[in-house]
Amino acid sequence: MKKSVFFGSVTAVALAASGALAAEGDTLKEVKARGVLNCGVNTGLIGFAAPDANGNWSGFDVSFCKALAAAVLGDATKIKYVPTTGQTRFTALSSGEVDILARNSTWTFQRDTDLKLDFIGVNYYDGQGFMVRKDLGVSSAKELNGATICIQTGTTTELNLADYFKANNMEYQPVNIDSNAEGEQQYLAGACDAYTTDASGLAATRASFADPENHIILPEIISKEPLGPAVRHGDSNWADIARWTLYALIAAEEYGVTSANIDELAKSSNNPEVQRLLGTTDELGKMIGLDAEWAKRAIKAGGNYGEIFAATIGEQTPIGLARGLNAQWTQGGLMYAMPFR
Amino acid sequence: MVTYTGADHPPFRLSMLIYDRRYRSLTLQAIVFILVMVMASWLIDNTLRNLSAMGKTLSFDFLFRRAGYDIPQQLIPYNSDDTHLRATIVGLLNTLLVSLLGCIAATVLGVVVGVLRLSSNWLIARLMTIYVEVFRNIPVLLWILVCLAIFTEVMPAPNAYRGENPAAQMILFDLIAPTNRYTAIPSLGMTNPPGTIALGREAISWALIAYVVVIVVAWIAWRRLRVWAQAVQDRTGTRPTTWWISLAIFAVPLLLLTWYFGLHLVPPVLRGFNFADGINLDNALVVLWLALTLYTGAFIAEIVRGGILAVSRGQTEAAFALGLRPRRTMSLVVLPQALRVIVPPLISQYLNLTKNSSLAIAVGYMDLRGTLGGTTLNQTGREMECMVLMMGIYLALSLIISGGMNIFNSRVKLKER
Repeated sequence: MKKSVFFGSVTAVALAASGALAAEGDTLKEVKARGVLNCGVNTGLIGFAAPDANGNWSGFDVSFCKALAAAVLGDATKIKYVPTTGQTRFTALSSGEVDILARNSTWTFQRDTDLKLDFIGVNYYDGQGFMVRKDLGVSSAKELNGATICIQTGTTTELNLADYFKANNMEYQPVNIDSNAEGEQQYLAGACDAYTTDASGLAATRASFADPENHIILPEIISKEPLGPAVRHGDSNWADIARWTLYALIAAEEYGVTSANIDELAKSSNNPEVQRLLGTTDELGKMIGLDAEWAKRAIKAGGNYGEIFAATIGEQTPIGLARGLNAQWTQGGLMYAMPFR
Repeated sequence: MVTYTGADHPPFRLSMLIYDRRYRSLTLQAIVFILVMVMASWLIDNTLRNLSAMGKTLSFDFLFRRAGYDIPQQLIPYNSDDTHLRATIVGLLNTLLVSLLGCIAATVLGVVVGVLRLSSNWLIARLMTIYVEVFRNIPVLLWILVCLAIFTEVMPAPNAYRGENPAAQMILFDLIAPTNRYTAIPSLGMTNPPGTIALGREAISWALIAYVVVIVVAWIAWRRLRVWAQAVQDRTGTRPTTWWISLAIFAVPLLLLTWYFGLHLVPPVLRGFNFADGINLDNALVVLWLALTLYTGAFIAEIVRGGILAVSRGQTEAAFALGLRPRRTMSLVVLPQALRVIVPPLISQYLNLTKNSSLAIAVGYMDLRGTLGGTTLNQTGREMECMVLMMGIYLALSLIISGGMNIFNSRVKLKER
């Protein structure tokens, strides 16, 4: 009995210590002291975040984590990836288990305010779509009346689905699933007629099928799904660091800074914006508690926004997503970095 | 001569709190009690403080907001415009449904297997042993997943029933269609429906009320019949043949009602993507029910076996000596006595089954954990409130089951006078 009391008090002290750390709200200091960035990612969505056979994570969201780790810690490999499901992701963030959540999560009013999260920007403008087998003979989501539909619980897509079918006076039978892998399995087994999630997720899922040509993504996009990384509410400095790391990647593409020419441009560029971005003049990094070359390291980690897009989900990859809304504002897209000044 | 001064009332010293056996246990208990209290108050204080540091206050307002999501299986009317509270109730009813079905099926299975395990037939006894050991020693979550895999991978899709030469055939006179989504079974239809009474959003058919009334009246009449038969037996020594009267008491009015309402089975028909008209029993429910039944049934079988072995062999021999056949011996002599041993551990199996039903999330069955502790928690972000509420509901549920079973136990236990 004495022993259990002893261990009880040890646990209590440990709990108190961890509680105090989380409450303090200085994420930057915590990450630097730890030497590792805890990054919440998808449990496995090819192209966005998925581990390979050796357990090395890669993908569009993972690249953002790498850029952030490079900016903050100077090393893009010092990351602990925490796989989160649609159900566990926000709890993992608000409990302090992860420092940043880069897990194709939709920015909504309620999540931003009531859930006490801060979305630091949008790294992918998406919308919800449906995928069906070709031999089902369906060419429009309006023809899905009475269908059985696989849906991930705890996502905005679950709510959009209910709204869409209600608005169109149609009925459906939901099959609730917990992760993309489970959804894939149920859909392929024919347990549901259609699988619905963000169109990018559908493309990524289809790319992993043995017979992608037998499945089509229906033309209807039934919602706006601006996906972006999120941090905890209440630590503005950490939110700034994450936000401007994302802007640095987007701005780098706009100004033609790539992972290949970055060292050269840092020395020779005459563009004042590029000079400020790369820390050649001014020391913007100091203002957010980092050094002058933070953005340079972030861009070097995986390239600028365009390079990351092309390498992970772009048209040359099996996922084959076009830039569309995610092109630079100069190319008719929505990607627009705030000025580095 | 030895003088015994103060042996009855030794002077109390503070050190006796530690060194004197009589006081030491009290001291330790007091210390532990204080420590537990301090830790509990610290935990609660810490939780509230951290919540307010994150800007979250404890509030249950979210229960009255629009839920916005759909639930596959509903026992009461529900749509996405209803509140989170109603979604919670839908989930709770789903939990109760699968727990009730599971408890009944597991009890039947457990009693049969437990008795057969003691069978003198070597093969049957060994087969039952294998069943018990296999199911008892593998985690129930795995059984749930195995059952799900079997149902989704082996059963045909609804599409397979389509066309001139369908790949799959409906079974049992074209009434039941097992698919990898659900099992479509016939529903009941009436050609002469007597109307309904509305109870809120739910409507109860007069036909159902008529059936309940007829069954209750028939049951009372049947009890009277048995009392009369007993009286005749006591008086004359021969029991009048009553089985056909018993049958008639139940069958005749029920058949008349069925004929009057035109009650018939409506077979499921493939329409659009899915079967319609019948009742689609969600595979999630069937899988969960099956897995929980097989798993808990193995435990109940062991309890039943233990209970039967606890009844002295002499009881069986005495019954045989009186000329009772083995089946009658089991049901009249052994089982009633074994119940006294069986019921208390049976209660904890029922509680286990009810709590294990929260593994429903693995197959997407929307029970209390799936609605309140799953989607509602996630959409509202009220982790603390949802968890506290869910724990409270499961606790209340378990206490109610255990209270009810304790009443039953006090009725079957040995009456000591």
